[in-house]
Amino acid sequence: MNHRDEPVTEFVQGSLSARPCISEMDRRDFLKVLGGGLLVCLTQTSSWAQESGRGFGGHELSKELSAWLHIAADGEVKVFTGKVEVGQNIRTSLAQLVAEELRVPFDAITMVMGDTDLTPWDMGTFGSRTTPTMGPQLRTMAAAARQMLLEIAAQRWHVDPAGLTAAGGKVTDPQNTRSLAYGELSRGEKLVKTVSSEERLTPAPEWKIAGTAVPKAEGRDFVTGKHKYPSDITRPEMMFGAVLRPNGFNAALASLDTSAAEKLPGVKVVRDGDFIGLVAPDAFAAQRALAAIQAKWNVPAQSSNQGLFAYLKNNPENGRDDGPQHVSGSVEPALAGADLKLEEQYSVAYIAHAPLEPRAAVAEWIDGKLTVWTGTQRPFGVRDELMQAFHLSPAQVRVIQPDMGSGYGGKHTGEAAVEAARLAKAAGKPVKVVWTRSEEFTWAYLRPAGLIEIKAGAQHNGTLVAWEHHNYNSGPAAIGTPYSVANQLIQYHAAKSPLRQGSYRGLASTANHFARESHMDGMAHVVSMDPLEFRLKNLTDPRLQAVFQAAAEKFGWGRLKSTPERGFGIAGGLDKGGYVATCAEVEIDAASRRVRIRRIVQAWECGAIVNPDGLRNQLAGAIVQGIGGALFERILFADGRILNPHFAQYRVPRFSDTPQIEVVLIDRKDLPSAGAGETGLVGVAPAVGNAIFAASGIRLRNMPMAPRSGVLGEPDPGFRS
Amino acid sequence: MGDFVLNVNGARLRVSASAEETLLSVLRNRLNLTGTKYGCGEGQCGACTVLLDGRATRSCLVPVESAAKAKIVTIEGLAQNGKLSAIQQAFLDEGAFQCGYCTSGMILGATSLLHERHNPTEEQIVEAMEGHICRCGTYPRIVEAVKRASRLLAPGASR
Repeated sequence: MNHRDEPVTEFVQGSLSARPCISEMDRRDFLKVLGGGLLVCLTQTSSWAQESGRGFGGHELSKELSAWLHIAADGEVKVFTGKVEVGQNIRTSLAQLVAEELRVPFDAITMVMGDTDLTPWDMGTFGSRTTPTMGPQLRTMAAAARQMLLEIAAQRWHVDPAGLTAAGGKVTDPQNTRSLAYGELSRGEKLVKTVSSEERLTPAPEWKIAGTAVPKAEGRDFVTGKHKYPSDITRPEMMFGAVLRPNGFNAALASLDTSAAEKLPGVKVVRDGDFIGLVAPDAFAAQRALAAIQAKWNVPAQSSNQGLFAYLKNNPENGRDDGPQHVSGSVEPALAGADLKLEEQYSVAYIAHAPLEPRAAVAEWIDGKLTVWTGTQRPFGVRDELMQAFHLSPAQVRVIQPDMGSGYGGKHTGEAAVEAARLAKAAGKPVKVVWTRSEEFTWAYLRPAGLIEIKAGAQHNGTLVAWEHHNYNSGPAAIGTPYSVANQLIQYHAAKSPLRQGSYRGLASTANHFARESHMDGMAHVVSMDPLEFRLKNLTDPRLQAVFQAAAEKFGWGRLKSTPERGFGIAGGLDKGGYVATCAEVEIDAASRRVRIRRIVQAWECGAIVNPDGLRNQLAGAIVQGIGGALFERILFADGRILNPHFAQYRVPRFSDTPQIEVVLIDRKDLPSAGAGETGLVGVAPAVGNAIFAASGIRLRNMPMAPRSGVLGEPDPGFRS
Repeated sequence: MGDFVLNVNGARLRVSASAEETLLSVLRNRLNLTGTKYGCGEGQCGACTVLLDGRATRSCLVPVESAAKAKIVTIEGLAQNGKLSAIQQAFLDEGAFQCGYCTSGMILGATSLLHERHNPTEEQIVEAMEGHICRCGTYPRIVEAVKRASRLLAPGASR
């Protein structure tokens, strides 16, 4: 029953085997490909190891080379990183950081990303890790390259490098008003330098390119249809594949008749154990042939939404309870002695990532070497899957990840890549596989559902004295309270999931924040304090205080009084280096009970901002995506089937669901930059729920809070435990 | 399989396809016009939107046979001599995309809207674009881009 075969972001520690240290392509071969110029390689130093090891079992970086940078004779700078662009704008912001340290114009940089033959090994693009880990690495490498170029020029001119300056892609000697472009310094030779030193990086207050609103790299290609996504790739003589899916999870094949499909022109059916697929000369023929296959399946009885949360609570993953992650003081007596108490259960549903581009891959075998173009957040992870499936060495597999139609944590795996490779091998020709929307909803993985139980106690004066928080199944991220509470017991309970589950943007942080910040609102009510005042009273973290105050000020908190038709709510928290506070205004129609979110104000701080425009785009997007999970997104399932695998049945946020959104950025140039792809989601659901409570007195504790087209007050039997 | 002549972006293109094959499939897989995207195949997401005789149409729901008499415009046909259409330019200027997968359909939907209504209100934009999904949640910028384009297209506006 348990399908936790995906690396949930927070579960990944220690789960990966040893990795090859360097790329399969030898550095000399690499230079042959690149031609003359200067190749700078960054080796991992002890401080990187420490940084990358945090929370990822030390596997974030290859042990030797973590990034490469090449300056060609014509001055073009190519930067090689295993990170991928999925819409989060990292192609742009990483290039800004390199341009800044190297002292070249932004346009001089080309980012080569997510190609397992060209880029250093990388664990994957998730967990908001690219900005805090890859950012400093690329900056260090670029700063070292700049220093090296200064030294080469100094030797050439027989002067002290300290007297030279690097700017605009040139080294200049101010004494003699002479200069050499970076490309000229290599004199067409092939120079390889390895750096490991920790360079002094340009402090954020001095940034000229980093920290500015540089438009998205290659933006024009996205408004002209020119950009090639994974599903757009074609190869000569390419065929189209389709895979036969069972009509339920854990199904066993009872009978199969492929004769009608095989009679169709150009169709070849491929059977390999449980795998049944086919190739056809075109996509239409492939779908028609698939429909012509007669298959009968036996699907065992399986659980449904009904009773899900009790199931998760009563079915620990390993059949045992691992005990609390965090204990301080003594919760039980503190609760018993508290003046005021509140104990509640919260839940979050399984939800789907539903990236607009479903899983897609094109596979091609040439002389025993497999090349696959696919949409994935983990190209090296997909390479491993392919190596394992076809018993290949790393040198025999190349995975290329064209910038894709997003993932939101949903594309860590290589299902379509393996399917396309299997079909291409059997067909002897390149094969494209593109999942249908229904396949994506059904056969990908989901954000875990979860049950959260919280008990809290406070004194009459509003001081929190006890906090007990249990999360069943959804995950441990941001499970710890940021509020100062003397007595705490915090525990995550891994459970057997009836459905295949995996990573998600802001995964468990969303669930834990929903429960905690709803409960904080409930506690504020119990102690008769303003929700913001109550939070600030129990908060010592100045960064979290700052975002709460910034959001409240912009929103007009305190001047606004809730009515039955209009409610105001606030929530906040921190995770993965990002600090967020969210204020929501909701409107509830008295007659229809329909709830609409009218306005969201969100304050955000993640250290020094690399690209404020990209950051605003990410945060507004996170708010919109958060609205879906908060109000109406949910997967319905029964007897091994997803019951709503279509956009007509699984509601995602649309234009009309979008409130007025105001984002307040706090730019802390004195602090390292953290990632911003995920934590912008976490305040939305509790702020909206708290606003609904303020208006109606109804406390909604199950996400989604208003699944029936936003109508309040109707129980949703599918999601009660 | 039948032979069809399609009028795509001003060119007459001959293509062999089954009569019931969708226009989306023909554009993407037979004419290599991959700017038009597959998102759901059910007319629910708008990613496959093209113009048929100037009107925004879900190409995943149109059999190629019934598109044979229409003037078809795809995202590849909007820019003229390398100059972006006002709507493309507005999307670029507003940064109204993240992963960009919905962008082709959004731009063609907005093109159709602005053809019908030169100066739509925000409510009219939301109503007209409601069938388009941006899973990255870029809706506020897309609304701004449509407004910006309507200003660019206003009589007397200099481009």
